Amino acid sequence: MSGGPEHLLDVAGLEVRYGAIEAIRGAGLEVCKGEIVTLLGANGAGKSSFLNAVMGLVPLAAGRVVLDGEDITGETPETVVRRGMTLCPEGRRVFANLTVRENLAIGGATRRRTGDAATILGDMLDRFPVLAERHDQMAGTLSGGEQQMLAIARAMMSAPRIVLLDEPSLGLAPRVVDTIFEMIVALQHHGATILLVEQNVDLALDVADRGYVLASGRVALSGPASELQSSGEVERAYMGRD
Amino acid sequence: MDIVIQQFVNALSLGGTYALLALGLAMVFSVLGLINFAHGDLMTLTGYTMFFAIGAGLGLPLAIVLGVACATLAAVAMERVAFRPVRDANTATMLLTSLAVSTILHMLFQNLISARPRAIPVPSWMIGAVDVGGLAIGVIQLMSITATALLLIALSVFLRRSILGIAMRAAALDFPVTRLMGINANAVVATAFGLSGLLAGVAGVLWLAQRGSVDPLMGFLPVLKAFIAVVLGGLGSLAGAVVGGFALAFIEVFLRAFLPEGWLPFRESITLTLVIVLLLVRPEGLIGQRENVR
Repeated sequence: MSGGPEHLLDVAGLEVRYGAIEAIRGAGLEVCKGEIVTLLGANGAGKSSFLNAVMGLVPLAAGRVVLDGEDITGETPETVVRRGMTLCPEGRRVFANLTVRENLAIGGATRRRTGDAATILGDMLDRFPVLAERHDQMAGTLSGGEQQMLAIARAMMSAPRIVLLDEPSLGLAPRVVDTIFEMIVALQHHGATILLVEQNVDLALDVADRGYVLASGRVALSGPASELQSSGEVERAYMGRD
Repeated sequence: MDIVIQQFVNALSLGGTYALLALGLAMVFSVLGLINFAHGDLMTLTGYTMFFAIGAGLGLPLAIVLGVACATLAAVAMERVAFRPVRDANTATMLLTSLAVSTILHMLFQNLISARPRAIPVPSWMIGAVDVGGLAIGVIQLMSITATALLLIALSVFLRRSILGIAMRAAALDFPVTRLMGINANAVVATAFGLSGLLAGVAGVLWLAQRGSVDPLMGFLPVLKAFIAVVLGGLGSLAGAVVGGFALAFIEVFLRAFLPEGWLPFRESITLTLVIVLLLVRPEGLIGQRENVR
């Protein structure tokens, strides 16, 4: 379980407590460069808590987070982003009263010193043409699917080495969900590494290389996506009959 | 007709001061959810800095610069020392902390300087009036309106064009996600306090130009008014704070000018009644959005 150089992200023994409630009880996973890894689990299994803890948004009770060989356990979210890992949060959470342009600009805040913010912005607008069309519109006036694209593009503006996507399909129409997932696959083809949290199990296993199933705050099951898809064990883990 | 225009200028001038103060309060509130009761003491601090600077023979322009700089630095220091340790605590804790900071500053002003007002001499050329298209407009009013307008324009450019300005508006909407953009939370909060101090300092200079003296409680009344302006405009909205400041000043000035003699003692009560009626009709404030109501 030690963070070898082949692992871009290595999380081990993570514990998160909210008061007396243990949300995560010693969960871990690894993500290699260029992979899409999906973290599955029923409602309340602790998927979002896991991502928030990895990012430093909620405090860790125990555990270790290593990014590309660098220990980032307990760092603030802004430091984690500067080190090259970012989170596209559940529910999109675009800045509704800011324009699309401003949302993307602030997403690229960490790239201003390196001077490649403009290049990345051009790349994002090529990949998400609808955002170019709506450049001066308030983000709150976009449709749900457009907001999800903006949220992903905003996260990618920091040129992360790995991006954590929390429920990108949440509340979207099936046709829109397909578009979003095509974009996630396209991101991988362009070299992105992705940790994907999803409730839509079939869709997530379709695009992922490997998967983990979280149940009651622990990893109940893990393996290559194709195996998880065919074995039927995922459903059993979901029901808590492990 | 002339008297109406004259009162209009008065209201613009007073409204500018309220707007600057209200904007500072709203800026800190929008980022931290804190209503900073010590905001008015930053004005008072500007007053005392100017008093001592003029006493030391530094001249008015330098005294003004020092006064505003002092309020700005004090606001940043206030955040660092008093508010940062309780940033994640509940609203009541932060509110009490700001009351404590305010009380400590009052006591320091009273015991180290004096409870009595100290005079800040206003140069004679400021007391006069200039002729603008047949109207006699006070020099102080004119300067106050100009300063407010320039400051509001500069601030609006900062909030729209600079990445830190955009980050401050983003933080007002969703602080955790702003941090996910790699924006340093401490930098955003310190900037909000620094700007609120700058605004309070300029408002302090304008207030002093009208009154000509500073005392330990100088900041209390104007900040109370600014707080009413913030609520009137829409809590959490920066534009609302500015609109609320001007609206409150217009109500006050026009009541003072046109209320029958016998009613004048009830001026403040009538003003506040009007504010309450406005809030009953629009609980979200004049230009606040419904989702901003907390």
